[in-house]
Amino acid sequence: MHLYEIPIICVLVGLALYVVLGGADFGAGLWQLESFLIPHRGEEARRRAEENREHAHHSMGPVWEANHVWLIFVLTVTWTAYPRAFGAIASTLEVPLLIAGIGIVFRGAAYALRAGSASARESALIDTVFSLSSVLTPFALGTVIGAIVLQRVPVGNAAGSLIGSWTGLFSILLGALVVVLCAYMAAVYLAADAHRAGEEALATRFRARALGIAVIAGALAIALLPVLHADAHRFYTRLVAGPGLVGVIISVIGGVGTIALVLGRRFDAARASAAVAVAGLIIGFALAQDPIFLPGLTIAQAAAPSETLVPLLFAILAGVVILFPSLGFLFTLHLGGHFDVAERDSGGVSGDVGAVLAPSRPGLAARTAVAGLLGGLGFLTIADAPWAHIVGVISLAVCALSAIAAVAPAELAAREEDG
Amino acid sequence: MLATIVAQNTYLRAASQLQSLSFAVHIPLVCFGIALPAMIAYFEWRFLRTGDELYRTVARRWTRLMAALFAIGVITGTILSFEMGMLWPGFMSTFGSVFGLGFSIEGFSFFLEAIFIGIYVYGWNRLSARLHFLCVLPIVFSGFTGSLMVIAVNAWMQHPSGFRLRHGRAVDVHPVAALFGNSFLWNELIHMYVAGFMVTGFLLAAPYALGKLRGRWSRYERTAFTLPFTIAAVLSPLQVLIGDWVGRDVATEQPIKLAALEGLAKTTRGAPEHLLGWYHNGKISFGIAIPHLLSLLAFHSWNHTVRGLDTVPPVDRPPINITRLSFQTMVGIGTMLALLAVVYLFLLWRRRVLPAPRPFYAAAAIAGPLSVVALLAGWVTTEVGRQPWVVYKVMTTTQAVSTASSIPVSYGVLAAAYLIVFVAAIWVLRRLALMDLPPLGEQADAEAVARAGGRTA
Repeated sequence: MHLYEIPIICVLVGLALYVVLGGADFGAGLWQLESFLIPHRGEEARRRAEENREHAHHSMGPVWEANHVWLIFVLTVTWTAYPRAFGAIASTLEVPLLIAGIGIVFRGAAYALRAGSASARESALIDTVFSLSSVLTPFALGTVIGAIVLQRVPVGNAAGSLIGSWTGLFSILLGALVVVLCAYMAAVYLAADAHRAGEEALATRFRARALGIAVIAGALAIALLPVLHADAHRFYTRLVAGPGLVGVIISVIGGVGTIALVLGRRFDAARASAAVAVAGLIIGFALAQDPIFLPGLTIAQAAAPSETLVPLLFAILAGVVILFPSLGFLFTLHLGGHFDVAERDSGGVSGDVGAVLAPSRPGLAARTAVAGLLGGLGFLTIADAPWAHIVGVISLAVCALSAIAAVAPAELAAREEDG
Repeated sequence: MLATIVAQNTYLRAASQLQSLSFAVHIPLVCFGIALPAMIAYFEWRFLRTGDELYRTVARRWTRLMAALFAIGVITGTILSFEMGMLWPGFMSTFGSVFGLGFSIEGFSFFLEAIFIGIYVYGWNRLSARLHFLCVLPIVFSGFTGSLMVIAVNAWMQHPSGFRLRHGRAVDVHPVAALFGNSFLWNELIHMYVAGFMVTGFLLAAPYALGKLRGRWSRYERTAFTLPFTIAAVLSPLQVLIGDWVGRDVATEQPIKLAALEGLAKTTRGAPEHLLGWYHNGKISFGIAIPHLLSLLAFHSWNHTVRGLDTVPPVDRPPINITRLSFQTMVGIGTMLALLAVVYLFLLWRRRVLPAPRPFYAAAAIAGPLSVVALLAGWVTTEVGRQPWVVYKVMTTTQAVSTASSIPVSYGVLAAAYLIVFVAAIWVLRRLALMDLPPLGEQADAEAVARAGGRTA
């Protein structure tokens, strides 16, 4: 393996995690849309639709932000490691990226707004906006990948067609496939969540949806093949008869396995195998595309010099060492249901540290603050040497902290009589 | 040929305005990301020490706010990272390898922040008290590293190094030196970090000051007013010293920006400083001139020669009046905030109780929005003052901008979207402020917490 290939592998892993985790969130939005689009006759049907919607909304909960930061990871690593490719992709595909961006804006806004909704009508309106934008973003991002597969993004500043680049039949179908995949994963996840919460009726409804959408996803994937054969022959051959076949096989095993597990109500295992199916698709895409990034630009040519790649990889490594345990903590709490349990002891704890830090001597703190201010004035404002500026900044920090301690805001607020 | 140039300029204008709009929406949220977690941590720590339920109530209310603002910040931040490539492909293609590292690390801090905000918001009373308190510390930390990275990139654009240009490509690249070995980084970072605490402090205190004017002044309001206001008040006078330090670095490293800030047309020995007024035909009309002050402030010398705009051709000069007016706005508001702070601290020193006069609270209420204006004016000063360069003296914005003809449409669409979201955000913040906090701890309330509090995430 070459150094210049490692960042693209990180990008693809990030992409897979984004599709698996963030994609399921988009899909949950899609299922909310379903409950609006399909008319519900009778009280019972309406109640069930409402229940589905609430469940879809709730299951996103605490991991929501984290799932969507994967996209930022993908973008920043790409532009650092493959700047020429990023510039070309982002400028030629400005329109679908804008559409994805609009989807992200409205989706996030609707999510935040739902907390403030008081009536059923308000939350229904907000949920509609939420679901529509949940479709928009994965679709647009799918067409972006499609444009890259079709080799319609030439190197340069907006050198490709602004519309034609991403509106090929393959792009559109791929966009649709991504939307369907999101819906599929969401249905599996939602069934698993409902099953875990002991709501079997709800789990059964999402199980039926997962099976139905799996058939659609399979049909769409098969429909893509003749289009690929016609429009991206090199990619097609490498996918079905070359290195990409590995990914296809993994994906098929994962996909069929998920259906079997869902049928057998083994939802948690189905969650994992659905992720495997998505990973297989991304592996297949990467191997079929390799070594070409954009027309006339291989991955090696697109890569930044190794002086950039080495620190970048160190940063990614350090990030992974810090992030994955944190993420693991969040997911254990979320999936382990710790966020649903009742009260723990949370009484006040008295500590010696507190006693030491307590602003018991406001006079001393005030004098320290004045000394810090004078130090800052002398070393930062009057002196010119860089070392003096460091001393000056430290003095100002001391000044700020001791001034706040001298004021003792909490005691100050408590001192006054209520009135 | 001429048509292409004209068209390019139109895109440049649309692209710049779209970028400015997106920054202007995002930057106040960044301030909350920097400062709010630390203030929440303070109150949770007070609660752990004293067991006083009031502190926990403040912390929980503000947590709700933090989660809502962070969620909006994720959106505006994602849009910004899209725009880097959509609007400025020339800049990204050429220099992504030099400065991109900063954003990659920033992405990780953002991630860490997202994870721990998730844990913190949902973990009230579901984690042990100590563990829950510990979970706020990574949020405070990542707020700092995040701003460190973004400012490192901006400081590099202001004062680029760590690469050589050959045939329009960056070669001999040293990203770590470029980002962190840059003298511009530290003063810009500290200036912004302190601004983050000031903006958050004054903005958070403002509604409680308004409440005081309307007669709501129980211990809860006093507590929630006093901490953020005190932090902002202590920092305001210090920010004057820090800003002066930044200004001296600009004077030596970006003399043309300084000349634009001051409207100094000709290179002058013992240059004067002009307050107010308007730059027109090479001089300041209707301004108040203070002799020698510019030389004294910028170079600590009575007769130091200050370079004027005449040392570069007109195409290499930034728009003078925009730069100068925003600079004066920032300095003017900064000075007023520092004065308000000095009054507050003086009254505290004399009486040891919160000030009583109503005008003081009126001023405190206005200080919130004013500090945001100063923040934005400061960014306009440094970004517009850098023009026509995107990378100072290396690449112009015209070379960086996208040639895609859809840019003006994007501008219109995103501007409309932001307007809608802005109105909606005001609506939800008002709603949340009026809603009661759900009681803690009972199983039945888990639902309510999720709906009313946590769901803002």
